[in-house]
Amino acid sequence: MSDLFDDDGGNAPALSVSQLSGAVKRVVEGEFGHVRVRGEVGRVSRPASGHLYLDLKDDRAVLASVVWKGVASKLAHQPEAGMEVIATGRLTTFPGQSRYQLVIEHIAPAGVGALMAMLEKRKAALAAEGLFAAERKQALPYLPEIIGVVTSPSGAVIRDILHRLRARFPRKVLVWPAVVQGAKCEAEVAAAVRGFNAFTPGGALPRPDVLIVARGGGSLEDLWGFNEEAVVRAVAESEIPVITAVGHETDTTLVDYAADRRAPTPTAAAEMAVPVRAELLATLAALEARRVAAMARRLEAGGQRLRDLSRALPRADAILAERQQRLDGLAMRLPQALLGFVQQKQLRLSKAAMRPMMLAQDVQHRREKLGEAARRLPQAFLNLVAHKRQDMGRHALRSAPLAREIQFNRKNLEALERTRQSLHYKNTLKRGFAIVRGDGAVVTDAKTAKKAAQIELEFADGRLKLGAGKPKPAAKKPVADQGSLF
Amino acid sequence: MSNVSKMSFEDAMGELEKLVGQLESGNVPLEESIKLYERGDALKKHCEKKLAEAEEKVAQITKGADGEATGATPVNYD
Repeated sequence: MSDLFDDDGGNAPALSVSQLSGAVKRVVEGEFGHVRVRGEVGRVSRPASGHLYLDLKDDRAVLASVVWKGVASKLAHQPEAGMEVIATGRLTTFPGQSRYQLVIEHIAPAGVGALMAMLEKRKAALAAEGLFAAERKQALPYLPEIIGVVTSPSGAVIRDILHRLRARFPRKVLVWPAVVQGAKCEAEVAAAVRGFNAFTPGGALPRPDVLIVARGGGSLEDLWGFNEEAVVRAVAESEIPVITAVGHETDTTLVDYAADRRAPTPTAAAEMAVPVRAELLATLAALEARRVAAMARRLEAGGQRLRDLSRALPRADAILAERQQRLDGLAMRLPQALLGFVQQKQLRLSKAAMRPMMLAQDVQHRREKLGEAARRLPQAFLNLVAHKRQDMGRHALRSAPLAREIQFNRKNLEALERTRQSLHYKNTLKRGFAIVRGDGAVVTDAKTAKKAAQIELEFADGRLKLGAGKPKPAAKKPVADQGSLF
Repeated sequence: MSNVSKMSFEDAMGELEKLVGQLESGNVPLEESIKLYERGDALKKHCEKKLAEAEEKVAQITKGADGEATGATPVNYD
């Protein structure tokens, strides 16, 4: 029998699995209804349901945990893998899978060290993207017309900024009110920076030339919104240069790394934004004085140089005097020279005086030439006549050829006259022919002769008219025909 | 040379400074220095005008339901 039953448990009654699981659940939930547990966040998963599942762990154990949707959305810090956290909640069991888990009601980084570690990690990630790179930094405008300020409208920060601006250089200021602490901080500050960038220069809402993002001092938790990615990105992407002044000088948030300039305090941000007007006025006045003085010196130096040069210049009198003297000398010599010239010419004239002999010679010479020509004239004329006569003799008319020509032509003429005489019709009439005329016209055939009213015959010795009737009127027949025409 | 009236304060001031330096050097021919002097006068007047435009005006952005800017109203935080 003892082989059949292992009787180590004695006679205690056996529990069902459900009974035991239920007992465990009561014990666990009763004993651990409110626990705080510290550990590192392990695997994190966020399904679409909105619940947050994560593991808490240390070097030897793992605790499955869940943050229900309603709680997860309200957490100030979303748990990230590797973060050291303290979670508060209750343990619950999951009998169907023989599991237990922590239902977290609050979870926060375990102290400043953990937050800083997380910050470092985020900073490294954003820096790797280049958001903090020096070459992204923009120069601030020297004298902005409009300054945009993103901060809380209540509190000392905006007043500090405005006071300092007023003291240095009063400007136009646009304040974009934003919550600078808590869960809304991230979204509102990011929206403000983006909103200012969306303004158009000179529009109804004019675009600022420089932005100040400011917040007063506070705990690391208070300033946490300025470490959030949305704010950091908005500032890094801003086309308007941004000055940040978040917290006290010792506090550095991630947005400070993304800004073009980081100011230790809001007051310092105002100082960076504008120059001191009074100093500029003084600088300008000094420049003006230097400008006027420099010009005056320049003119004085030029004047001095002119005077120096003019001193070095020889005097006009001196240059002229020598020439004047030469002129005077020459002028004095001129009348004397003229006189001398005339005398010289007179002397030559007197030497070559006009004598009658000079004319006589010329007359004699010309007379000789004339006499010579006169002597030659008669002979030359005779020569010319003889020459012309010889010429004329060559072309003289001779009568014999002309007489021959006349004789020849006369014979021709007589022959032609004879022929003409023999051909005259009256000679033909003498040989017995007659000319017949009918009504005045010559008739050469019988047909015409028959029609003629009067016939006239011409003989060699006269004319004879035949037939007494008058000529028939030529118009008679055409008149008779006219009737038939109509 | 650019139109003085369109210059920023900083550019005008910078050019004025450079110009005064040139004038002071005395190396510029007289005619050129007269031109510099006159341009300096225009730059100075422009800077003075910019400095005279020093009026404080503070306005606060008013926001719509989605947090977008709808306008601005004058405000006094003192």
